[in-house]
Amino acid sequence: MTLLEVSDLEVRHGQLAAVNGLDLSVSDGVTLAVIGANGAGKSTLLRALAGVLRPSRGTIRFDGQDITAMPAHRRVAAGIALVPEGRRLFPSLTVEENLLVGTYRKRPGPWTIARVQELFPWMVERRRQVASQLSGGEQQAVAIGRALVSNPRLLLLDEVSLGLAPVIVRRIYEVLPEILDAGTTVLVVEQDVSQALRVADRVQCLLEGRSVLEGTPAELTPDQIEQAYFGLPPAVAGGTD
Amino acid sequence: MDWVNALVQGILLGGLYALFACGLSLLFGVMRIVNLAHGDLAVLAAFLAYATATVTGVSALWATVVVVPVFAVLGYLVHRGLLERSLAAGPLATLLVTFGLSIVVQNLLLESFSADSRTLDVGSLVSASLRITDDISVSYLAVLTFLLAAGVLVGLQLFLSRTQLGRIVRATSDDPEAATLVGADSRHVYGIATALAFATVALAGLMFAMRSSFDPNIGPSRLIFAFEAVVIGGLGSLWGTFVGGIVLGLAQTVAAQIDPALTLLAGHLLFLAVLAFRPQGLLPARSM
Repeated sequence: MTLLEVSDLEVRHGQLAAVNGLDLSVSDGVTLAVIGANGAGKSTLLRALAGVLRPSRGTIRFDGQDITAMPAHRRVAAGIALVPEGRRLFPSLTVEENLLVGTYRKRPGPWTIARVQELFPWMVERRRQVASQLSGGEQQAVAIGRALVSNPRLLLLDEVSLGLAPVIVRRIYEVLPEILDAGTTVLVVEQDVSQALRVADRVQCLLEGRSVLEGTPAELTPDQIEQAYFGLPPAVAGGTD
Repeated sequence: MDWVNALVQGILLGGLYALFACGLSLLFGVMRIVNLAHGDLAVLAAFLAYATATVTGVSALWATVVVVPVFAVLGYLVHRGLLERSLAAGPLATLLVTFGLSIVVQNLLLESFSADSRTLDVGSLVSASLRITDDISVSYLAVLTFLLAAGVLVGLQLFLSRTQLGRIVRATSDDPEAATLVGADSRHVYGIATALAFATVALAGLMFAMRSSFDPNIGPSRLIFAFEAVVIGGLGSLWGTFVGGIVLGLAQTVAAQIDPALTLLAGHLLFLAVLAFRPQGLLPARSM
């Protein structure tokens, strides 16, 4: 069943169409990775899906319902949660308060604060620590926990690896299978292509706001991905010289 | 013993200033709004209680029970109808809107109640006092005001730190966009913060009105006490505002002990000294 269907989406930043006529669909229970270079429109796409940005054209359908005009704060109750780029924790709130705030418009479901604390056990003894004192990796974990406790049907992860050491990134991605087992559909946006290919069921590559390549990680060759990622003509990318 | 008396009276007076200032502190802490109509709103509350008491014949104390909730609703509506629109246009627009509101309130009051001074009659409460020693006696009204102030500040602090809605208010103050991502409608959250601020300013306005007379033009000169308490205590911190109010009250009564003409000047000088030497205030906020 299709959970999310985006058709002919255009999102503008002033003159620039950051997302330009994009079609995308995600089936229930599938992990889709959206990859692409800087400025390909990945974060803009996620922000439009979460409702923070208004599209200038196109429709977003979620679970069969047209949510294009639904304000961001109501999409949480509808079942969409975004882990934003740069974490965006509430700096003056403690770890525990950040998680509690995540339950404000929660849906019924398997995720509770206790379950998030099982996933990241360090959060128990440091629950009273203020979020601004955490390291980048810890903040990322709290940001994921804050989104999870709303029990989303669709979890949007924006550049989870940005600014984090590879070992920390790996540890954070280790929890992804458990999130999927709970029945959550995940859409990840990554600049780190190999990381994206490792976790995704399907991959979609964006270039200048358009989708230029789509498939499963198994059926796509590194050459195809490289061409699509950098927008190279096939002859050059094929390495004919 | 005169000095001890001055200290006691100063602390009690400071409670009133703190109660008056906490709405200003709340609006600034949560939304970065500097509400120039704050003093006039306090006066408006006093006139509303005066009118209620006059028309219905109930005591001014009972009028409080009506006026404070009415002000909370008014606060929500003022935010949704007025402040919310100006916030999108930037801090200067909001400052101008509250300045305009101040002028509108003053002139509406002049038009409906004339420029005469009024008092809220609370019967014997205003003159009755508790004798502690031969030299020190405190009026019941001052003690009641102080207890109300302490209760309101503790209540607000508990609301912000212990309840889900309070946490949402702080989260929205930290990062409004991230707050929408957890499902908070910032317009509604700000509306609630404004409602709380209006309720506290109404309460403070009534306490002012019970101890001294008021007229439609007195708002701006009251406003300066609230500003001084907020700045002395530290911007955006409720405990700071409480401390700031008490320090201001102490400065005024202690100076009055030396020479009554110094009362207001001492408060203003202390305020300037804090701005010059400790601009972050006595108890600066990490946040609300």
